[in-house]
Amino acid sequence: MKKDIILAGVGGQGILSIAAIIGTAAIESGLHLKQAEVHGMSQRGGDVQSHLRISDKPIHSDLIPNGGADLIISVEPMESLRYIPYLSENGWLITNTKAFINIPNYPDYDELMKTIKSYPNHIALDADEIAKSIGSPRSMNMVVLGAASIFLDLSYEKLEEGIKIIFGRKGEKIVDANLKAIKAGKEFTEQNK
Amino acid sequence: MKKLLLLGNEAIGQGALDAGLSGAYGYPGTPSTEIIEYIQRNPEAKERDVHRTWSTNEKTAMESALGMSYVGKRTIVTMKHVGLNVAADAYMNSALTGANGGVIVAVADDPSMHSSQNEQDSRFYAKFALMPAFEPSDQQEAYDMPKLAYEISEKYHLPVMMRLTTRLAHSRAGVVINNVLEENIMHLPEIKDQFMLLPAFARKKYKHLIAVQKDLEMESENSPFNKYIEGIDKSLGIIACGLAYNYLMENYDKCNYPILKIGQYPLPRKQIQNIFNECDEILILEEGMPLVEEMLKGFLGDPKIHGRLDGTLDRDGELNPMKVRKALGLPKLYSKDIPELVSGRPPALCVGCPHTDSYKALTEAMKEYGKGHVFSDIGCYTLGYLSPHNAIDTCVDMGASISMAIGASDAGFFPAIATIGDSTFGHSGITGLLDAVTQKSNVVIVILDNDITAMTGMQDSQINGRIEQVCEGVGVEKEHIRIINPLSRYHEENVKVIKEEIAYNGVSVVIPRRPCIHVFAKKKR
Ligand SMILES: Cc1ncc(C[n+]2csc(CCOP(=O)(O)OP(=O)(O)O)c2C)c(N)n1
Ligand code: SF4
Repeated sequence: MKKDIILAGVGGQGILSIAAIIGTAAIESGLHLKQAEVHGMSQRGGDVQSHLRISDKPIHSDLIPNGGADLIISVEPMESLRYIPYLSENGWLITNTKAFINIPNYPDYDELMKTIKSYPNHIALDADEIAKSIGSPRSMNMVVLGAASIFLDLSYEKLEEGIKIIFGRKGEKIVDANLKAIKAGKEFTEQNK
Repeated sequence: MKKLLLLGNEAIGQGALDAGLSGAYGYPGTPSTEIIEYIQRNPEAKERDVHRTWSTNEKTAMESALGMSYVGKRTIVTMKHVGLNVAADAYMNSALTGANGGVIVAVADDPSMHSSQNEQDSRFYAKFALMPAFEPSDQQEAYDMPKLAYEISEKYHLPVMMRLTTRLAHSRAGVVINNVLEENIMHLPEIKDQFMLLPAFARKKYKHLIAVQKDLEMESENSPFNKYIEGIDKSLGIIACGLAYNYLMENYDKCNYPILKIGQYPLPRKQIQNIFNECDEILILEEGMPLVEEMLKGFLGDPKIHGRLDGTLDRDGELNPMKVRKALGLPKLYSKDIPELVSGRPPALCVGCPHTDSYKALTEAMKEYGKGHVFSDIGCYTLGYLSPHNAIDTCVDMGASISMAIGASDAGFFPAIATIGDSTFGHSGITGLLDAVTQKSNVVIVILDNDITAMTGMQDSQINGRIEQVCEGVGVEKEHIRIINPLSRYHEENVKVIKEEIAYNGVSVVIPRRPCIHVFAKKKR
């Protein structure tokens, strides 16, 4: 078993929580893991990415090679495309469709969607909207994780366990909101794959 | 078997703690910051009362570490690569005084300059100082190395360097934890003059340092972190330093070339000689600058040696699996280009950042003088160079804003403005301010006080709450220390204050004071 995952987004959108939950689930499943993340400069509204590698064998590089990623999981549509060189031939692109516009030259939205949909293996969902509709607007990132969950080869229960471990100290309400969010994302993919 | 999920930096922190650490010193700087942060929040460090507060700058950190070593305790001092320039005086001389309790100088380099002004390679400093150095290839080695590093440090009475680079510093993996060693008992150096560098003593110590080099080479020869891995295809031999080894192995299920994996310096001469004799060509993979390559290639350039100097690998920038793949002559992997419509998303000042309002006021006050007058410094506020702020003109090294403004003013340039953050002012601005006061320079120094060291992720700022007292103490006249509130509703007032201070012929300090918008969230944590 091997899953190489690029997580993408804008500083502050919560990709490190996604990484922490997948990471915890992987460790709980007895797998090897390496996860390279970005600290410092790029957190001020700049693009951020994380390379997350899970395997049942020891992992060498902290970085995923070009064309090696099984998944790109992005919480922002344009950011999902920045890492296309990493995506493998049969890899899946899973992205939030809600644009985060903090630059003057953000691309035309329709063109952006057309480009995302030009990749045969894609899941595109308005995770912000879904999070709002289930009453936990701040759990957008967990909706995206849910949408990606069926491609991870990790048991869904382990991901739920990961959420409980990572968000546990923030209280039951936050844990429940996030559990609801991951479920909503999963259901979206099951219906739209 | 206890296993923890740790960043490379955290692994060093845990490794040092488990090796009997008594005190950690450092100044924040990406990518080194998490070593101290980890020790700061570690419950066992709390229980043992391991010293773990930030220092004012890297030099004071290095010297404090030496003091702890002098009384026999194990210590670690952490910094980013450019921080070692600041600590260099203490660092270079510490190679002569040596250590009593073990000293690890942990330096994180930033090839590709993800968040730095340059990409200098700290291994050159280790070689320069004739100090042993360790370079982990993964998180487990980052955890394991401190123990051996302290042993060597105490056996040879020498500080040792631990060098790591961004990728390992900020990458997480499972790390197997060992038993914990006791801290050292306090004891003075056995040799009374060990820390006395009067020339007559220093000359002897330098001879001694040179003499132990062959012993340090032997340590490297026998080190568990230097490994010769046999291969049947001798057409190429590969020397892989630190984490470059992983990028090599990523490209093979099994590598048929002999490999020399390097994790401890000085270089193991016999092992290098061995791979050199055995193989037709040598490829050197090292993160950062071509240190090993230059040593082996020599000035005249042995054509058998390949790496960054002959274009086999890029001369600059971080390594990755693809670059190494190309250097190995392996076929390119499938990869699609980034779609053209993707645009850059550079970092920017946060919405609501106090620096934005400070810059608005400054820019308006400066309108009549044209461009090019604002010497700045390093921190979040450096982003004020970018649109829409376009507020500053320089960023060189911590503290340079004030001293450069002095130099420009000395040349007759008016007005000469410096903008500097609170943490940066404490780190290296005070000495420049003293120069300005002593020679009555005509400068306006704007100390952007956001209550925190923001750029590196919200560490306490040592000078917090004492900035105006320090300025006054250094000799700035009280009526020319002006505190303003950088909020848009005070804009007109703030512009007026800055204009008045520009008009004053002498040293003025303006302190825009408002916390970074993330300070509250941090204090809540
Ligand atoms: C010698 C040196 N040490 C550390 C750093 C890393 N560094 C960059 S900016 C900064 C501090 C910024 O704090 P402050 O001056 O308060 O400005 P703020 O980011 O809060 O606006 C640090 C520690 C550096 N660039 N050079
Ligand atoms: S982190 Fe704080 S100081 Fe830095 S840009 Fe954001 S608000 Fe400003």
